[in-house]
Amino acid sequence: MSFLSYLINGVSLGSVYAIIALGYTMVYGIAKMLNFAHGDIIMVGGYAAFLAMVNAGLSPLIGVLVSIVVCTLLGVVIERIAYKPLRMAPPLAVLITAIGVSYFLQNLALLLFGADTKTFKSVISFKGISLAGGALQISGVTIVTIAACIVIVVGLSLFINKTRAGQAMLAVSEDRGAAQLMGINVNKTIALTFAIGSALAAIAGVLLCSAYPSLNPYTGAMPGIKAFVAAVFGGIGSVPGAMVGGILLGIIEILAKAYISSQLADAIVFAMLIIILLVKPTGIFGKKIQEKV
Amino acid sequence: MRHLQKTTKSNFITYGIVILTAVIIQILSSAGAVSSLIGGLLVPLCAYMILAISLNLVVGILGDLSLGHAGFMCVGAFASAFFSKMTAGTMPDGLRFFFALLIGAAAAGLFGILIGIPVLRLRGDYLAIVTLAFGEIIKNVINVFFIGRDSSGLHFSMKDSVALNLDSTGEVIVNGPQGINGTPKDSTFLIGMFLLLIALIIILNLINSRAGRAIMSIRDDRIAAESIGINITKFKLMAFSISAALAGVAGVLYAHNLSSLVASPKSFGYNMSIMILVFVVLGGIGNIRGSLIAAFILTLLPEMLRGLSNYRMLIYAIVLILMMIFNWSKGGGRLKEMVAERLRGLRKPRTKEVK
Amino acid sequence: MKKKKILSLILVAAMAVTAFAGCGKKESAKNEGGSSEGSAVFKIGGTGPLTGDAAIYGTAVKNGMELAIKEINEAGGIGGVQVEYKFEDDEADAEKGVNAYNTLKDWKMQMLIGTTTSGACEAVVAESHNDNLFQITPSGTSINSVKYDNAFRMCFSDPAQGTVSAQYIAKNNLAKSIAVIYNSGDTYSNGIYENFAKEAKNQGLEIVAAEAFTSESNKDFSVQLQKAKDAGAEMVFLPMYYTEASLILAKAKEMGYAPSFFGCDGMDGILTLENFDTSLAEGLMLLTPFSVDAEDEKTQNFVKAYKDAYGETPNQFAADAYDSAYVIKAAAEKAGIKPDMSVTEIGDAMKKAMTEIEFTGLTGTNITWGEDGEPTKEPIAVKIENGAYVFM
Repeated sequence: MSFLSYLINGVSLGSVYAIIALGYTMVYGIAKMLNFAHGDIIMVGGYAAFLAMVNAGLSPLIGVLVSIVVCTLLGVVIERIAYKPLRMAPPLAVLITAIGVSYFLQNLALLLFGADTKTFKSVISFKGISLAGGALQISGVTIVTIAACIVIVVGLSLFINKTRAGQAMLAVSEDRGAAQLMGINVNKTIALTFAIGSALAAIAGVLLCSAYPSLNPYTGAMPGIKAFVAAVFGGIGSVPGAMVGGILLGIIEILAKAYISSQLADAIVFAMLIIILLVKPTGIFGKKIQEKV
Repeated sequence: MRHLQKTTKSNFITYGIVILTAVIIQILSSAGAVSSLIGGLLVPLCAYMILAISLNLVVGILGDLSLGHAGFMCVGAFASAFFSKMTAGTMPDGLRFFFALLIGAAAAGLFGILIGIPVLRLRGDYLAIVTLAFGEIIKNVINVFFIGRDSSGLHFSMKDSVALNLDSTGEVIVNGPQGINGTPKDSTFLIGMFLLLIALIIILNLINSRAGRAIMSIRDDRIAAESIGINITKFKLMAFSISAALAGVAGVLYAHNLSSLVASPKSFGYNMSIMILVFVVLGGIGNIRGSLIAAFILTLLPEMLRGLSNYRMLIYAIVLILMMIFNWSKGGGRLKEMVAERLRGLRKPRTKEVK
Repeated sequence: MKKKKILSLILVAAMAVTAFAGCGKKESAKNEGGSSEGSAVFKIGGTGPLTGDAAIYGTAVKNGMELAIKEINEAGGIGGVQVEYKFEDDEADAEKGVNAYNTLKDWKMQMLIGTTTSGACEAVVAESHNDNLFQITPSGTSINSVKYDNAFRMCFSDPAQGTVSAQYIAKNNLAKSIAVIYNSGDTYSNGIYENFAKEAKNQGLEIVAAEAFTSESNKDFSVQLQKAKDAGAEMVFLPMYYTEASLILAKAKEMGYAPSFFGCDGMDGILTLENFDTSLAEGLMLLTPFSVDAEDEKTQNFVKAYKDAYGETPNQFAADAYDSAYVIKAAAEKAGIKPDMSVTEIGDAMKKAMTEIEFTGLTGTNITWGEDGEPTKEPIAVKIENGAYVFM
């Protein structure tokens, strides 16, 4: 019985990682950059929703919308100012800039909102399900997060495969130069990618803070890194891979804590990642990279 | 031949800069013209410069992205601090520190080989994430080590210090997350500069050797390199383990400069690895001298910004972003040309200033 | 190519000269400034994290210290001498802590309130010992934080808290089977846990589960709570800060697990956590030297002044820092130090005076210090009832 309950806890932690990993993998797939600031956009999303709901007294739904709007704008602005000038630069230079953006957002939040932790008000009023006479609990946040994950995965897949803008994204991700020659506006497509990625970050932020209701300027950093690991687990760039990778990571983390050692849980998670990558070097859903000779 | 002379000359310029800086600072500090802050920063500066050039060997010369460099530093730091604590009082300080350096370098180098064998098969971002994972594992595992010593010998536990069951004469040497306390303060600026010089000589000579050219050929075209019979695994491992050993040396310097050594996320986590990577990228990937300068500036920068109090780290982040844009973007490139032009103009006075 | 090389050489040389000579110049300028105004004021430095995820504690210490020194100055200063203060960020890191300390030294600091966190404190205390500079840490709890004779402590030490907690639980028969959840990556949490475990054995308490978490995974506590529940713990001991504890309390409620909870001084502040549902903390017991709800005039004035100045309710870090400043005042007046004395002279005089004073402040009454730097303080056990502390 306790195994089942650990499993459920693993899924609920994993679903939060999954929803963060979706944004990560989306930006990576198209813009080919590791957006280390993704975790901090999540934090901004959390604050935006918090301010809207607690300080302005708006309803949770409006709070989520405010958070999405703020993050989308922020994502586009960051892309325009910090990443666009570096389109031709080596990927490492962009990576470092992303780290700079991450520091910037953390320290700006520290100045604006202060260092103290705020308790987030869950946006989900739905109680959750209790099984086996209360021995097993599935919380409302978990159910909503998983549902949101599935909706996003399906929605993104449809968007990418069925719309013109989505096809353009696919083209940019396959070959940026060729896409440009085909008349696709690469800059616009990448900006759109950031807009969508950041909107996903806002949703992730609200759900993260609903599941683990503490909010401070560093809230996004560690989940961001874990989600990055999850995205690599699943094969970075793959949308369904991010979801599977996230949930798998959550389950491994919880089971490692429960059955091996709570002190070494992080080490075990990272060790699993290494093993998976050594067996399948591009992650579970990753495409095999064709080497040109 | 001309080319060789040129690189030799460039190398000697680099050595010259290091020696000159060491002499200038030594003179300034013996004249009492160096503030406590700068005085305290000198040893960390040496450690960071060694870290930067050693990481540049992996990132710039071998062409593989590593995000776990702080892990090797951590191994070197803990191995040597443990040794120094164990042998404190049994041999002269200088000799002990010499052995500590050897042990730190050897331990980190060994880890470099152990990690390198499985990891170097991967490439690109996957390699990056696996090195990050290894760095985190090293830090995490060190945090559950408890080692104590009493009259009946060494005790070891991975639970807590109570489980060591030390008798009344016992002393906990490695205390899990509380780390090692009271490492002798053996690092000095001159030793640091000397080690930096040795690290530079090792790296620059490696780059200009047969092995170095093999390593760079792997970076430029792995398949072509393999097809002309270069043993990829051997040379990759070589670069990786040398880099790790030098990071270990930096760890030794770091550990013997502070009296408390803790494997905290701040000092040995992925954030530190990223910080070192920032030195490398900002100084120019593959440019050893650039790494030195970037490490120097970026270590001093947050300290120099202390006057801005709360805005310090915010400004630091902005400077970081601006530096990257300035360095790498199209517009920034033009700007850089202009600055260089102006500085050249200063050397050869012109009537008209170039705008 | 050649030009570029020469250019870079010149740049480097120029930079080295400006960086170091610049500092040297500033230094000498400061020296002159320091000697003229140095006789007029006492200079007290403070260090703690103002950025990074421990910023909340450093900010509280900074505010508490600032408030106290302002009051001291308004009331005429220390022995009639005004006090200047400066607070430097150390990011809760040993290396940055030493940098912060050195920055303050350049500013001609004479006494130090700091550092806020144990890890950084252990590194800084070795430096201040070399300089024989008087140091009082408001909140560095580890034993090694006050290892040297120049360092004193305002708060409880880890052993004191862990031991006293176990004794308190045993004496009042609060529980027989106890689970502990602690942060294995944190010096403070780990230190208390170890000493609690040691004393629990002596007191005949059974620790049925000891579950760790790390700073990297401090969001999800379902496993730790599940294990405590499966082990049948009547009480869960939480030696940690209130930010993490608030997540544990929320999770326990969600799981339908209701043991009694017992915390340490790091738990203080949980009731003032913004937007926190205080009903979750109902019945929580903790040992704390300070309570914002205390009835005495001193505490009430402090809480009011703090709220007016910073818009927040003070926690025990702020209270400890506030007391530290007043301890310095008491000891300095006892020792009769003068601002024109050297740092070592002040250090020697303060060290002696510290063992002679008896201090009553926000965090304790009639506190005295031994030569080892430890305060004699009685922890007060409180229980949260109806959203407020009730003394037990």
